[in-house]
Amino acid sequence: MNNLLNHAPILIVAIPLLAAFLIPIVGKVNKKAEGITTTFALGISLALTIILAIKILSVGPQVYVFGAKSPSLTLPSGLKFPIRIMFEVDAMGIFMGLITAIVSFLGAIYSLTFMGKYDGLDKYYSLLLLLTVGMFGMEFTGDIFNFFVFLEIASIASVALISFRGTDLGEPAEAGFKYMVVSSISALMVLFAVGIFYGQYDLLNFAAIASVIKYSQLDKIALGLLVPVLAMKAGAVPMHMWTPDAYSEAPAPITMILVAASQASLYALFRVTFSLYNISLSTLTVGWVIIIFGLLSMFIGVTMAIIQKDIKRLMAYHAISQTGYMLLGVGVGLAVLANPAALQKYGITAMEGGIFHIMNHAMYKGLLFLTAGALFYRTGTRDLNKMGGLAHSMKYTTIFFIIGAAAIAGLPPFNGFASKLLIYESVYRFNPLLSIIAMVVSILTLASFVKVFHSAFLGPKLPQFKEAKEVPRSMIFAMAALSCIIIFFGLFPNLIVKNLVHPAVMSLIEQFKYTGTVLGGM
Amino acid sequence: MIDNFPFIAVIIFVGLGIYTLMFKKNLIKIAIGVCLIENGVNLFLITLGYKKGAVAPIYTQVPSGQSMVLPTPQALTLTSIVIGIATTALILSIAMMIYKHYSTLDTEQVRRLRG
Repeated sequence: MNNLLNHAPILIVAIPLLAAFLIPIVGKVNKKAEGITTTFALGISLALTIILAIKILSVGPQVYVFGAKSPSLTLPSGLKFPIRIMFEVDAMGIFMGLITAIVSFLGAIYSLTFMGKYDGLDKYYSLLLLLTVGMFGMEFTGDIFNFFVFLEIASIASVALISFRGTDLGEPAEAGFKYMVVSSISALMVLFAVGIFYGQYDLLNFAAIASVIKYSQLDKIALGLLVPVLAMKAGAVPMHMWTPDAYSEAPAPITMILVAASQASLYALFRVTFSLYNISLSTLTVGWVIIIFGLLSMFIGVTMAIIQKDIKRLMAYHAISQTGYMLLGVGVGLAVLANPAALQKYGITAMEGGIFHIMNHAMYKGLLFLTAGALFYRTGTRDLNKMGGLAHSMKYTTIFFIIGAAAIAGLPPFNGFASKLLIYESVYRFNPLLSIIAMVVSILTLASFVKVFHSAFLGPKLPQFKEAKEVPRSMIFAMAALSCIIIFFGLFPNLIVKNLVHPAVMSLIEQFKYTGTVLGGM
Repeated sequence: MIDNFPFIAVIIFVGLGIYTLMFKKNLIKIAIGVCLIENGVNLFLITLGYKKGAVAPIYTQVPSGQSMVLPTPQALTLTSIVIGIATTALILSIAMMIYKHYSTLDTEQVRRLRG
């Protein structure tokens, strides 16, 4: 058992990776078994992630060194710096890992019936598993080149999934092309930054670079390359043009996983600014850059969402807008990082709000995309003007939609309220104007979802949807699971913030904890 | 000066790539632009490991006293080239799919998704 625990970080990645290449063989034997195998593999990953999370939160960060005699041997035979590739999973990494595990597991369950009518499902499930592998790898890795490799795995798999329906339709191919160009440019710029770090320090390990980083001119160039491209992959506003296309054209369960994939890039942005540079960078400037990204995303995202008629495109713009909240919360934390008094007073709370919002957003936005998928499954359209009166025939979906919409708008008993309140009250102390803008955006979000609710669900029963009935059980199960998580987080936010979010924030702020795990008590 | 020549080449490669991405309207040319940036970055990585007069890092065959080049950047470049092939193939195959549905490769006309 203990041995299994030591190998948990690699097993979480290895099991889906192995399953991804088993799926085509399984599909040759039995077509039905493809989805079941995927769900099973992701279920094991989810269980291992939870076990690993309990261990990390009670013991501390875990390392897994590839090819070493023992998985925790970071510095072999008297070397001063690590030479092997390693996974380093701290509280922040496992926090993101939990999101990935939950979302991909439920996405696979939802796909069982949602994707039933398509061909080539062996490829679909293989790619879904590879996308999960890429996301887990980005979140767990402690090696900057390894990060680039997993970033590319996730990008390639998600592009292929976005244009999955591209053999029949033009639009998914168009969205896939945009996302492919965006993600290859960002991956290449990450690689350029890796080259800059390697040229200066002869190191590729996050922790080892962090311990010697000098913030020289070259480091500034590397930061200038990393921050915009990671923000671009996360869908922050000046670089958001791919987000609505990719989110709206991908199949609904994939859209839900794509939200988590963008958040993996967001995690990388925080990892670079906090764990790699920390206070060596001019925190106020970089903090304000991230805050401005956040403000633009919040405001432009929500104003663009209000005018949309396509339900998934509307939700995609809301995803941009919610990313803004996370950037705002963590940006405020970064801006006051060098000022211990302000950090204690409101910086940590702001970051807790931002980080908690990542998980909340993955849950409720996932739920909303799944309800949009359920509507598409029964009506065959995403156009809000063509829908109507669906509350008569799809009762469960209606309830799930109400839960998701209330959570995204930040209404009290749901999880969106908990994280947004943390952001409002702490950001108000930093700069009142920012907090007011965040509240206005929240109100506009509510307005926009009232519109969706009205045009899709309310009204008389339409004759063309007379045949529409409730969606199959596996789809209901995925949506119900997400709703339960949303309500649980909404009712007991203290429990989550104290046990899960606060350790994650502290492991970002306290750089020496991250570097010390690898380099040993520095 | 002559030592810095590869870095100037890197800047030219990446600059040309970004120019192609921004101002060319053909999907295949955009794919070429991505390839140019990729080549620039690969050249940058491989240049980092270069050492004048050194031999290949094969431990058993090195003449005594001879210095070796650094193997890590070469390994990084090799990985990046392999990944690059996958991305290029994917970009081109999606361009093919777009051509099948839109009968054009002009970005001005491949614009059904907007707003």
